[in-house]
This record gives sequence, C-alpha cells and structure tokens, in this order.
Amino acid sequence: MPDLSINFAGIKSPNPFWLASAPPTNSGYQVMKAFDAGWGGAVWKTLGVPVVNVSSRYGGVNYRDKRLVGFNNIELISDRPLADNLREIEEVKKRFPHHAVIASLMVQSRQEWHDIVRQSQEAGADGFELNFGCPHGMCERGMGSAVGQEPKVLQMIVEWVMEVAQKPVIVKLTPNISDITEPALAARRGGADAISLINTIQSIVGVDLDRFAPYPIVDGQGTNGGYCGPAVKPIALNMVKNCAQHPDVRLPISGIGGIENWRDAVEHLLLGASSVQVCTAAMHFGFGIIREMTSGLEQYMVEKGFNTIYDFVGKALPNVLPWEQLNMKYKVTAQIHEQKCIGCQLCYTACEDGAHQAIRLNAGTRVPEIIEENCVGCNLCSLVCPVEQCITMERTDAGTEHVTWKERTEAGDIPVAFNDEKAGGRHHWVPAPTAALGKERHKTLPGKARVLSGETDVPAEA
Amino acid sequence: MAEYSTPTTEHEFQRNFAQLKPHMNRTEALYESARCLFCFDAPCIKACPSGIDIPQFIRQINSGNETGAARTIYQANYFGNACGKVCPTEVLCEGACVYNLQDVKPIEIGRLQSYATMKVIESGKKLFGPGEPNGKRVAVIGAGPAGISAACELRALGYAVDVFEAKAQPSGLTVYGVAPYKITNEETLAEMAYLQAQFGYHVQFNYPITSREELAALEEKYDAIFLGIGLGKTNELGLPGEDKINCTGAVEFIAELRQYHHQVAVGRRVIVLGGGNTAMDAASESARLGAEHVVLAYRRGKEEMGAYEFEYDLAKAVGVKGLFNVAPVEIMGNGYVSGVKFVRTETKDGKVSEVAGSEFIEPCDMVIKATGQAKQTDFLRLVPGLKTDSKGRIIANAHTGQTTNPQYFASGDAWNGGAEVVNAAAEAKQTARGIHAYLTK
Ligand SMILES: Cc1cc2nc3c(=O)[nH]c(=O)nc-3n(C[C@H](O)[C@H](O)[C@H](O)COP(=O)(O)OP(=O)(O)OC[C@H]3O[C@@H](n4cnc5c(N)ncnc54)[C@H](O)[C@@H]3O)c2cc1C
Ligand SMILES: Cc1cc2nc3c(=O)[nH]c(=O)nc-3n(C[C@H](O)[C@H](O)[C@H](O)COP(=O)(O)O)c2cc1C
Ligand code: SF4
Ligand code: SF4
Ligand code: SF4
Repeated sequence: MPDLSINFAGIKSPNPFWLASAPPTNSGYQVMKAFDAGWGGAVWKTLGVPVVNVSSRYGGVNYRDKRLVGFNNIELISDRPLADNLREIEEVKKRFPHHAVIASLMVQSRQEWHDIVRQSQEAGADGFELNFGCPHGMCERGMGSAVGQEPKVLQMIVEWVMEVAQKPVIVKLTPNISDITEPALAARRGGADAISLINTIQSIVGVDLDRFAPYPIVDGQGTNGGYCGPAVKPIALNMVKNCAQHPDVRLPISGIGGIENWRDAVEHLLLGASSVQVCTAAMHFGFGIIREMTSGLEQYMVEKGFNTIYDFVGKALPNVLPWEQLNMKYKVTAQIHEQKCIGCQLCYTACEDGAHQAIRLNAGTRVPEIIEENCVGCNLCSLVCPVEQCITMERTDAGTEHVTWKERTEAGDIPVAFNDEKAGGRHHWVPAPTAALGKERHKTLPGKARVLSGETDVPAEA
Repeated sequence: MAEYSTPTTEHEFQRNFAQLKPHMNRTEALYESARCLFCFDAPCIKACPSGIDIPQFIRQINSGNETGAARTIYQANYFGNACGKVCPTEVLCEGACVYNLQDVKPIEIGRLQSYATMKVIESGKKLFGPGEPNGKRVAVIGAGPAGISAACELRALGYAVDVFEAKAQPSGLTVYGVAPYKITNEETLAEMAYLQAQFGYHVQFNYPITSREELAALEEKYDAIFLGIGLGKTNELGLPGEDKINCTGAVEFIAELRQYHHQVAVGRRVIVLGGGNTAMDAASESARLGAEHVVLAYRRGKEEMGAYEFEYDLAKAVGVKGLFNVAPVEIMGNGYVSGVKFVRTETKDGKVSEVAGSEFIEPCDMVIKATGQAKQTDFLRLVPGLKTDSKGRIIANAHTGQTTNPQYFASGDAWNGGAEVVNAAAEAKQTARGIHAYLTK
C-alpha cells in the first residue's frame, strides 16, 4: 500500500486531503465527523474579529442538468464566539492527535494578530493559515483580500505573526490579482512557511430575470460574492503552477479550488501542491466523498508505482512551458473512427462554423469525413464529439523536427509584416465568402426545420 | 393469466390502463432535455412525419422557455400534445435518435413534447390566432386529426372554417380509437379545446354529411371542401357465424371502451383475429379489462405481423398469447359465441395456404375482429368526379391534397389508407396550404 501521509511544512497529516476553511469546518462537531470519515486535516473556519452574517448567503451556477458547477457565497468569517472555537479546537486535537488542525485567522492590528496566534497555539493548533483572501465583506474593512492585494501590507502582517508563531504559518492567497506570484513572494519575504491558494474569485453567479437582482438575493438586492467549485479549478491550477514554478517562491503549496475527486487532487499535486483543500464538494456531497478521493489516489499511486505523495508532487511542472518554447513542427490531425460514430454531426458543424471547414458530409452516410489537408489539428471536433475515443488526434509529423517560436525569433525566421509569406494562415485554404450562402439549405437546420408548406423545397439527401 | 382484475370503478379502470407515457415534471424534463446533443441536421427531425424541430424545442425546454418549445411544436404539428403521447415514437423520432447507435436510451422526445404542450394547454397561453379574414370559406368534413389540423392552418391563413363532424366529440380516432393507456379522453379534448380557442373555427357535432344534397349545399356555400373522413367500420370477414352475439369489430369495441371505460364488458376467453396494431391494442385492452385468456390469432407467422414489435411486446407483457399460422373458418356458437374453428396454414414462397384436415376449435366467449377498416366508399361516390384507387383510397396530389374534383381536398386515413395521427396532422397542414394556393390563384 502506498503511503498517503504528508509532512506539509512541518504539519503532519495521514493524507493530503484537508477541509478548507469554510462552513464544513465551522465547529468541532463537523471537524470530528470529518476526521471520523477519513479526512486528514481541517483548516478551521476563519477566526477573528466579530462579524454578523446576512440570511440568503449562497448562489449557484447550474449547467444544464448539473447542479453547482460553480458556487458563490457572501458569507463572512466565523460568527461563533472565539472562546467556543478555541475550546473545540482543543477537544478535537485531544481526540485526533495525528490529524492536522490548522487555525485560519483574520484580524487587524498587530496586537490582535499576536493575541489570536497565541490563543490558537495554546488551544493546540498544528499551524496557522492567514486568510488574506476573502473577496467580500471583510476587504471593505481592510482585511481579507484587501491585504492579499497589497504585497507590502501582506508582508508586514506575516512578519507580525512570525514574531509569536511557534507553529508553521501558511498564507492563503487571493486570486483577485493579476500576478499571483507577487503576494506569494511577499509571503516568503515575510517569513511564511507555506502558501495556500486559491481563495474565492470575486463574482456574480447570476441575475434573477424577474427580480432584476444578482444572486444570492437579500431582500431584493445582492452583492458580489466569492466564486468557487468545479468551475474555478482551471484558474486555481494555473495559479498553483505559477507559484510552484517561480524560482524565488520556493514554499510548500496547499492547492485549493474546484477539487471534488481524486483526479482533481492529483492534478493539483502534479502541478506542485503537496496538500489539497476542499470546500464546495464537501458542502455539496458531504464528508463521504473522502472515501472515493483516498481510494482513487491510492489506486493511482499503485498503478504508477509511486510510494509517497512526494514521488509525484510537481511531476507535470517540467512539461508546462511558455508558449514560445513549444515545438512548432508537431502536427496532429483529426481522425474519425467510423465504427464508433453515431452520426450526430456535431463535429461537422463545429469545424464548419467554429474552426477550419475541414470536415465534409458525404451522401448516403451520416459519418462525416475529415479533409486532412485542411485540418489544422485544433482538437475542437474531438472535444465536441459525444462518443469516447471516437475522434482521436493522430500525430502526422515525422517526429524528427523540433523548432520553437523562440528559436525562430533568435534565427530571425518569424513573420514581421502583415502580408508576410511566413504567417501561419497564409497558405491555409479558406472557402470564398459567398460559398457560405445557402450551403446548408437542404439540411434540417435547428430553428428552421423543414416546413411542410409547399413553400420550402423538399430537402434532398446531403 | 388474469394479471388484471376486471375494473369496476373509474379508479380501477385508470389503474389498469395507466398511461404508458406519463407526464414529466419540470425536474425530469430538465434532466432529460439536458441529454439531447443538439445534433446537426438531426435524424430525429427527419424521422418525424410532421418535421417538428426537435432539438430546438428540447433546447427551449432546457433553457426554461417552455412556451417557445410549445410554439415550435405547434408550428409543425397541431396535434403536438396528442402526438407526443400516441405516436409510435419507437419507430419514428426516438427510433432515429443517435443515442440508439451507442446502445444508450434514446431521448424521450414524445414525453418532452407533451411536457411543453401541456404547459400551454393548461395555462391557456395564446400562441396563435386566426389570420386577417380573406373573405373565403372552407368546409371541413370530419373533426379528426386531419380535419382539425386543416381547420387550424386555414384559420391561420384567414379563411372562415366550418367543421362538420358525425360524432359528438372532436379528434376522431384519437378519442375513439387509440388505446386508453396512450392518452386519456380529457387530455385529448383539452388540446382540442385549446386549438379551437386559439383559432376559432366552428364545429357542428353530431352532423354526419350523408347525402348528395348536403354536399351540393356545401359546394354552393364554400370555396373548397376538405375531406378528413378517415376510414369506416371494421371489414366483414365473410365467415359463417360472424353475426353471433359477442363477435365484434375491434374499432367498434375500442370506440365503446374509450367512451364507457369499465362499463364495457369483455369476455373471459377472448380471441382477437388479426396481426396489425389494432389487433395488438384490442388484445391488450381485453387483458386489461380483466379477460382471463386472450389469444391473438394470425394467419401467418409471428415475423410477418404488420404490428410494430413494441406493440406486440406490450400485448405479450399483459399475458396475451399468440396463435400463429391459423385462419378462421367459422365462428362457432349457439346465439352466443362459443369458439372459433381454425385451420392451420403454411406459407410457401410468400403464399399462405391451408393445411387440409388440420381444423380445430379454440373455445372462447368473445371474438374481436381486427381485420382492418373498410373505406368510406359509399360516401365518396357522392362526390362528383372524385376518384379512388384500387384500394379505395382517395386519389389526390401528394403536395396539395387536391382530389380529382378540384373543389375537394383530402388528407389523413381517407387518403393514405390508414396511418398514424401524426401523418394525418402533417398531411392536412400541407393540404391547407394547397387549398390556399388553389384559392389565391
Ligand atoms: C384502434 C386504433 C388504434 C390506433 N392507435 C394509434 C396510435 O396509437 N397512434 C397513432 O398515431 N395512431 C393510431 N391510430 C391511427 C389514427 O387514429 C389515425 O391514423 C388518425 O386518427 C387518422 O386521422 P383522420 O383525421 O384521417 O381520421 P379519423 O381520426 O378517423 O377522423 C375522421 C373523422 O371524420 C368523421 N367523419 C367520417 N365521415 C364523416 C361524415 N360523412 N360526416 C361527418 N363526419 C364524418 C369521423 O366521425 C371522425 O371523427 C389508431 C387507429 C385505430 C383504428
Ligand atoms: C461559504 C464559504 C465560506 C468560506 N469562508 C472562508 C473563510 O472563512 N476563510 C477562508 O480562508 N476561506 C473561506 N472560503 C474559501 C474556501 O476555503 C476555499 O478557498 C474556496 O471555496 C475554494 O475551494 P473549493 O473550490 O473547494 O470550494 C469560503 C468558501 C465558501 C464557499
Ligand atoms: S481538429 Fe480542428 S480543424 Fe481539424 S477537423 Fe477537427 S475541428 Fe476541424
Ligand atoms: S461528433 Fe463524433 S459521433 Fe458525432 S458525427 Fe462526429 S465523429 Fe460521429
Ligand atoms: S437525434 Fe436524439 S440527441 Fe440528436 S437532436 Fe434528436 S433527440 Fe437530440
């Protein structure tokens, strides 16, 4: 059996799965239940200044029949008394000494930071996470993302915390910034032991079409909230990668954002995270999802021959390059596997209207055909095809040449003028504009199905 | 067998004849509509005789625009709701859905369709209306799917329309013929009321047109006459004993059933003669009415039955037994039916022949003849110059529906020889356009 345990900047945990600081870690009851279910650690719901929450706090983004592909909230930090939280942290630590309990903190003055760090330390917290991320409610009061967006202020607060902290300090970063490595570097300069990212992204998840107000609606009105859930994973992954690749950040990363199964977690790990945190998925499905996450991770490690998490943390990083370093001689071409094709012709219409007119329809069959000379290998058709492995992208270059944009630039071999012979699309065939007119008139186009009126001509096959 | 006990109340009847395609709720409609791939040049549209833009209305349902979905459906087919419930979707749209090729359940197009149309029917939302009056009048004979569809389209084109119907209710065989587990009378009539409220044509019920004089009066008063008269009674078999009590035609039996539900008596041992869809229906219906033993007797082999496979499956599922390669010779009994004498048959080179000396008697107390509907030949003779083909079908132009008497147009069963509701609805809409073209020439 592979070893799932981690030592994250000195914080030990039986597995890399932590609950993020959020409603699932609001109380000792929930955290104990989570540990009982198999979670390795929990970042306690942020402790700090007293707050009051509104009623109607969450909004969701549904995609077709899928609920909560995106989620947002306008909640603040913990609204429970500090003393209750501290007492419960102590209780949890006594019962689960080998699990990670991290106190998430957010206060204002140097004195307040000193006090709250000391108090959580005494309660037995294994580490701290400084919440410089919350994008609503707290930033207006000069906390949360207001700090996270000001590297100097961030660094100063980290320094205050380091003055008293005897346990590892993680700085949680806000994604509401153009370059995530700036606050990461500030955290490092301040002496932090690790970073975690991302917190939620400023958002409006939707607008009520009848009440003319954004969700979630509070008495007919709303405000911007913080976005999270499956939809934010791509943004989180990119930011994790940016921090992991930056030569000067060099801090352990706790990956957060859109993790809901083992695959999402492995992706974060492959891009440099060495622990992961989960909020929305636990809010959606409950703590039970941990069983699938650990079993999936274990299975993956067995199949890959990885013994510990550290065998693959950051393993994908060498393959994430700036665009200019990609091989321009590489070429793939779409290939349709006829026996699998169900004839939906989504690939045809996608390539025809949204790509490079490289798919044609032939009479007598619904299976489309790739026009290889025209295919630029954009992948679009293979992405829209509803059948697994029905359209594959096959390598068609010899695999012997390797030239990058960077090399071409250095060799003076790049197009420079508008009509440059070397420009990419210059030699690619495009149909004459007017060839578009009426091209699909005999097809039963959505929205103008064959009208049985004698006015429309009867559609002929292909 | 007796899977069903004889229903004695309306409640028990509804239980035995529970809807095969019950209405969807919003959640189910949302989930099902989300599966649709929005195919290009979608095969489902091509397979729909009325050409409903299926991916379009499914997408409209998914985005919460049920009203728009209903509009899309009705624009192509005025029997949109009925069709969603009674169409043999397995061999039409759903049978063509690309999911079949993946061995995945096809989209439940029929149920989604009725989901959208029921919404507007229930709310009475106005989607259509009569066109600017053009001063011309059209008489429609028969308020079946063909007649009503023609009436709607003609009203939309600005014609004054009067419909003459022999029976007391509109929708033809939809309310007098289709199996009760496919659609209820209430639902059928609700759509009819909705259409009439939208388009405002007049219907004279209990008004059979039966004489040359009546037709002459119509020819005088109306610019065109649309024949949506469907087919007639069940064909006679011409067998000895056919007049015995409890030997009945399937169409007549079903018409009773649709109107009187559990008050219709069925035998304990029933023999249904025929291999078409109507035979399957009559057999299923007998079983659901509590018959203990239902036998479906067909002249040829099982594979040669005209019925759709799923209709036979439906009958088998309620305990109907097939008796193949037998031909009825005589209806036995003394006043009341007591059995059918059959002779075994064999098929050689496509020809059925009787096996000499193989007669046997299958006992029963009811015989239902599902041997096809006769054409309305006598009535059609009253129309001057109107020609029919060798099978008694009205001859008319395939695009305009115009018959050999230019004032007369026809669609539906009377023209196609007997198809489905959807065919009648689609043809009649097209024919209404044909009438319009003729009258605006
Ligand atoms: C038992 C049975 C089950 C069926 N099941 C299905 C099914 O599940 N799904 C499906 O899609 N289709 C089914 N069909 C077929 C479908 O009902 C018909 O194809 C469709 O109703 C034809 O429509 P129509 O308007 O041409 O004729 P009809 O529905 O027959 O309507 C003709 C109308 O004209 C009236 N009429 C006739 N002569 C005159 C006259 N001289 N004066 C005034 N009025 C007159 C009749 O009373 C009737 O109302 C079934 C048919 C039968 C017999
Ligand atoms: C309702 C809600 C409340 C949250 N409260 C906090 C908080 O108090 N402190 C904090 O650091 N992050 C908070 N977060 C952010 C989460 O910890 C996490 O960073 C974010 O949700 C992304 O992870 P996910 O995609 O798994 O949800 C909150 C998130 C939600 C949905
Ligand atoms: S890869 Fe792109 S260009 Fe090639 S066929 Fe597919 S959609 Fe068209
Ligand atoms: S998208 Fe896939 S299944 Fe659909 S027509 Fe193209 S190749 Fe076939
Ligand atoms: S064939 Fe099926 S999946 Fe495709 S558009 Fe029609 S219903 Fe939708």
